[in-house]
Amino acid sequence: MEIRTTFHKKLKEIQDDILTMGSMAGKAILSATDSLKRRDIESAQQIIADDQKINGKRFEIEEKCIQLIATQQPMASDLRVIVGILNIITEMERIGDYAVGIARVTILIGDEPPLKPLVDIPRMAEKTSDMLRRTLDAFINRDAETARKISNEDEIIDELYDQVFRELLTFMAEDPRTITRATRLIWVAHNLERSADRVTNICERIVFIVTGKMEEIGASKY
Amino acid sequence: MVVNQNSSKCLNQKLGVKDLNLFYGNFQALRNITLEIPSCAVTSIIGPSGCGKSTFLRVFNRMNDLIPGARIKGEVQIDRIPIYGKTIDVVRLRKMVGMVFQKPNPFPMSIFDNIAFGPRQHGMTNRFELENIVEQSLRQAALWDEVKDKLKQSALALSGGQQQRLCIARVLAVEPEVILMDEPCSALDPIATLKIEELMKNLAKNYTIVIVTHNMQQAARVSDTAAFFMMEEDRAGILVEYGATSQIFTNPRDKRTEDYITGRFG
Repeated sequence: MEIRTTFHKKLKEIQDDILTMGSMAGKAILSATDSLKRRDIESAQQIIADDQKINGKRFEIEEKCIQLIATQQPMASDLRVIVGILNIITEMERIGDYAVGIARVTILIGDEPPLKPLVDIPRMAEKTSDMLRRTLDAFINRDAETARKISNEDEIIDELYDQVFRELLTFMAEDPRTITRATRLIWVAHNLERSADRVTNICERIVFIVTGKMEEIGASKY
Repeated sequence: MVVNQNSSKCLNQKLGVKDLNLFYGNFQALRNITLEIPSCAVTSIIGPSGCGKSTFLRVFNRMNDLIPGARIKGEVQIDRIPIYGKTIDVVRLRKMVGMVFQKPNPFPMSIFDNIAFGPRQHGMTNRFELENIVEQSLRQAALWDEVKDKLKQSALALSGGQQQRLCIARVLAVEPEVILMDEPCSALDPIATLKIEELMKNLAKNYTIVIVTHNMQQAARVSDTAAFFMMEEDRAGILVEYGATSQIFTNPRDKRTEDYITGRFG
């Protein structure tokens, strides 16, 4: 028989908020890369403005968690979920900040001639946002096994990052006039690589929520 | 008496039960309980009403002997020495294993006489010695400063929280090694409760404390180890899980413990 219905209802509401915030952060990464690809400064500015909503959502969730800890004295798996959520929202908030970083590069590049058509960078963004989406599913399903698997997919991101880096290095070696533009693209790739690392941190939190064990999984190459 | 009073106070295991079954007539109140309680620590017993927590606590000072039809099977040890034997002096056992109850129960006499009661019963008559033990006991129970100027006044005039600390001092006066506490704070206000909890933590440096509580936050706050009991279908109490408090309240191994402490069943 469920006794603490009010408490568990509130906890479920917070989990719904996590999904909302996760979808905002995932969308920010995709849109930021897309606006870079399309060289759409207006859209990039919108992404920077929208980051406030992600930050706001994070504070809103944090506040709800503090309320639950103060008033409900959560125990065992409930306690782990709340502590896990407090970590997860920090990671997602950072992912939002990386999207802002990418948007700033788009604005910085302005109408400079493109260095090359972007292929691997959008791939990194798609992969990262896909990993984030599936990670949040694993959170809702309390699925530590899936979380571990997703974490290992960070290798794919690292490989793409290597590839982008090598390619841009070649450009710079061949023609020093490309150095500024190439460096900016490396920043973008770096932001995406960091975003994927944040996703693996969320995966670690899911493993903690499910098993109670704090373990580092799938340590990133970078 | 086989229990060795001179044994070193802080051994690893103070109390031990093995395959303990306890019956009240035909009704089985405890089933197959096996656990070891560490010395110089607070151990809490939690679980829903009627699961045998208090019965289990009373096993250690043989209080259940006073209930007609009560009998036990299995072994109960203090310092690895069985306490259910014909040669055991139960009075001395209860001196060694003190008990504090839910409702403070000071005797209708002065504060001094309440504390001196036990030592006098055990033959202490020297006034100087008695004064010394009264002060020491009240100090240990964190009550001395509040009552030192009114030791001759009736203990019944004290507040509920003070009365409970007086009862703890009364237990300490006979120099026990183990203190059993059965819901010691459930009749007290939150501040008095916190004082008793703080006292428990301090006393645990020198005594083995076992506490039965319905308040899970209290168990989480004060105890080093925690045991979760529940009832089987025939209402016999069983031990579901026993471990470090930090583990029981953050990551219980048994789903039934998890469900109980997160309020998914009760």
